[in-house]
Amino acid sequence: MDILHYTDEHKTFRQRLQTFLEKEVTPNVDQWEKDHIVPKTAWQKMGREGFLCTWASPEYGGMDGDFLYSVIVAEEMAKTNHTGLCSMLHSDIVVPYLNSFGSNEQKKKYMPGCISGDIITAVAMTEPDAGSDLAGMQATAEIDGDEIILNGSKTFITNGINADLVIVAAKNPAETNVYQAVSLYLVEDGTPGFKRGRQLDKMGFYSQDTAELFFSNCRIPKENILGQQGMGFMMLMEKLQQERLMCAIGGQAAAELMLKWTIDYCKIHTDASGKPFSKSQANQFVIVEMMTEVKLGRAFLDQLIAGHAAGENVVVETSMAKYWITDLDNKIASRCLDLFGDFGLTEDCPIARGLRDVRVLSIFAGTNEVMKGIAAKFMGL
Amino acid sequence: MDFKLNKSQKEIQKAAWEFARGEFDKERIIELSKKQKIPDNIIEKAGELGFIGIHYSEDVDGGGMGLFEHILVCETFCRKDSTLGSALMFSGYGAECLLRNGGKSLKEKFLPQIVDGQLTSTGAFLEPKQGYDLTKVSTTAEPDGEEWVLNGKKTLVPAGNTAGIYVVLCQTEARTASGADPLCGMSLILVAADTDGISVDNVSQKMGGRMMPFSDITFENVRVPGSNLIGKQGNGYALTQNFFMENRIQIAGLALGTAQGAFDRALDYVKQREQFGKKLAQFQITRHKLADMASKIEAARYITYHAAWCFDNKTIEPHQASMAKMTAARAAMEVSDEAIQLLGGYGYMTEYEVEHFFRDAKQAEIFQGPPTIQKDIIADSIIGKLK
Repeated sequence: MDILHYTDEHKTFRQRLQTFLEKEVTPNVDQWEKDHIVPKTAWQKMGREGFLCTWASPEYGGMDGDFLYSVIVAEEMAKTNHTGLCSMLHSDIVVPYLNSFGSNEQKKKYMPGCISGDIITAVAMTEPDAGSDLAGMQATAEIDGDEIILNGSKTFITNGINADLVIVAAKNPAETNVYQAVSLYLVEDGTPGFKRGRQLDKMGFYSQDTAELFFSNCRIPKENILGQQGMGFMMLMEKLQQERLMCAIGGQAAAELMLKWTIDYCKIHTDASGKPFSKSQANQFVIVEMMTEVKLGRAFLDQLIAGHAAGENVVVETSMAKYWITDLDNKIASRCLDLFGDFGLTEDCPIARGLRDVRVLSIFAGTNEVMKGIAAKFMGL
Repeated sequence: MDFKLNKSQKEIQKAAWEFARGEFDKERIIELSKKQKIPDNIIEKAGELGFIGIHYSEDVDGGGMGLFEHILVCETFCRKDSTLGSALMFSGYGAECLLRNGGKSLKEKFLPQIVDGQLTSTGAFLEPKQGYDLTKVSTTAEPDGEEWVLNGKKTLVPAGNTAGIYVVLCQTEARTASGADPLCGMSLILVAADTDGISVDNVSQKMGGRMMPFSDITFENVRVPGSNLIGKQGNGYALTQNFFMENRIQIAGLALGTAQGAFDRALDYVKQREQFGKKLAQFQITRHKLADMASKIEAARYITYHAAWCFDNKTIEPHQASMAKMTAARAAMEVSDEAIQLLGGYGYMTEYEVEHFFRDAKQAEIFQGPPTIQKDIIADSIIGKLK
């Protein structure tokens, strides 16, 4: 019995998305991987077809879809074997901040563009010296009359080059309690004093325009504070459950995909005597073990998706799922590659890219060590 | 039992480290890896200082030392940089077939140039759709007067696009007689890359080991002198297996250095990086990760050193080489993976190097047979023939 109940509407939506991705995304992926960026037009196409921010209100042009639509998009995007068109970050991590905490004016101004793909978003929390430890943040936001002056640098910012709108976390230097000092700010592309640094050269995520961002006496109007001043940490905490759950959803889809490729390969390819790889007992056991773990991950994850969609607090389980599934990704990528042999060492093997790409899942959105720390804390240990 | 390196071995280690420190430029390595190229003249420089042919005999201008000393160089170079270190140590890939089995004149013609770094070699063993099973080679070499005529296609040849000579495993006698040993009838033949009839294509973009891309090599009526036969005619399969055994110990050495290099970088990082108000090295979980990593390296080191020592003392058996490669490569994978994790977001960035140590570790784990192949070899050896 399935834990999640996908309706016919969901299924039609998934099919429509698959058709769209086959036509507009998959054929371009290799080029985007070479270019180290995805053209903005690809975002617009996705938006026009209604695949961005599927949960958004019709008031702004959204379709008011439930959480399963977000799950469907995240899963289907993972199957394109690239990460540049990082719609999950935009639709289900960044824009929800705007939707939940933004004023009516802010929402009117930005939401339609976020849904149509004309506004690509990013969130800037991480700093060179503050990774998973957000309290170590150094970027400052000082009030000067009707303006806010931002100073500081952010790093590892997903969609950093393409972003038209960035949600920036910064500290009020006058506030001594660090947990009340952080606020979130909306910074538009082109604001004087906001510069993008270099695009970062990475192990994987080639098509993803991860970048450094710099703020140097960057003045923004006071209206660009997102939500209540000083509530930055509270807002981040509230949204991190979904962020980590989205990582787990993408990770689970990646694990399923890599394993499927491997099984297909092992059934078709034979050794010199004509015996398919899938008939070797050792290979069979490896595949069975991997499939067992993938199914365990799926069962756990679907339960969390159901809980999250119902508004339950599943912080502990989400931390567990994020670490367990992303660790599984690394393990599966490596074990699958072994089955491909020397061909697995070339980029012609799709799992070579998979191995490079999944390696960051256990690091971003809070490292897996941080996930275990959170779980331990909430378990009362 | 003596677990100490002797004075000359320590000096070799020191000299290799100094060479790598002076010549291995991080930025240049990262840049050239993307283009799948090796720095200009570095093979010649390593050759001049005796690092390439340290385990070659003196009659071909080699260092006259053992595989053990060669392993020390492999380890040291890869500790400094796994991509360049392994590419340098593979500049003479396959030439050990000639070194161990070749006739005097053939050795003297080619090996001194390899030792000097003036010539690079590679081995062309695998064929399309064959996997790791070399019992059914379809590349042929037929005698024609004083020459061999080669026809066929080899695949996944490391650095096949740049090597000056290839050691090619060919079928030299028809394999028709039923009941005949299927392993007979193969020979190793040395072929210069600039011979007519050779085409190199399908140079693949590599995921790991990016300074030695794989290529396909096609031979179409390629004529080489009859004297280019390495060892005895019909002995090619056995000589190839012997070479693989030696090469697996070399790969273990490269993997060992890869693990150590990733560990060094992680250790430096956790000692200076502060998060949550203290150094990462002060967290119990970090300390235990380091303890695990160091233990794995220690285990890899001794199984590798022991295999090299057995090779030099002529007591080596295939399973020892396979155990060393499997164990050291696994250590390299696990240690470099943990190094990435300890460096967090920086670990994923090219600039911080550990990501390429991880990719190179994967090459060590897969190249010359992934773990399944090694386990088959080990099992064959420890089970023996069943009644």
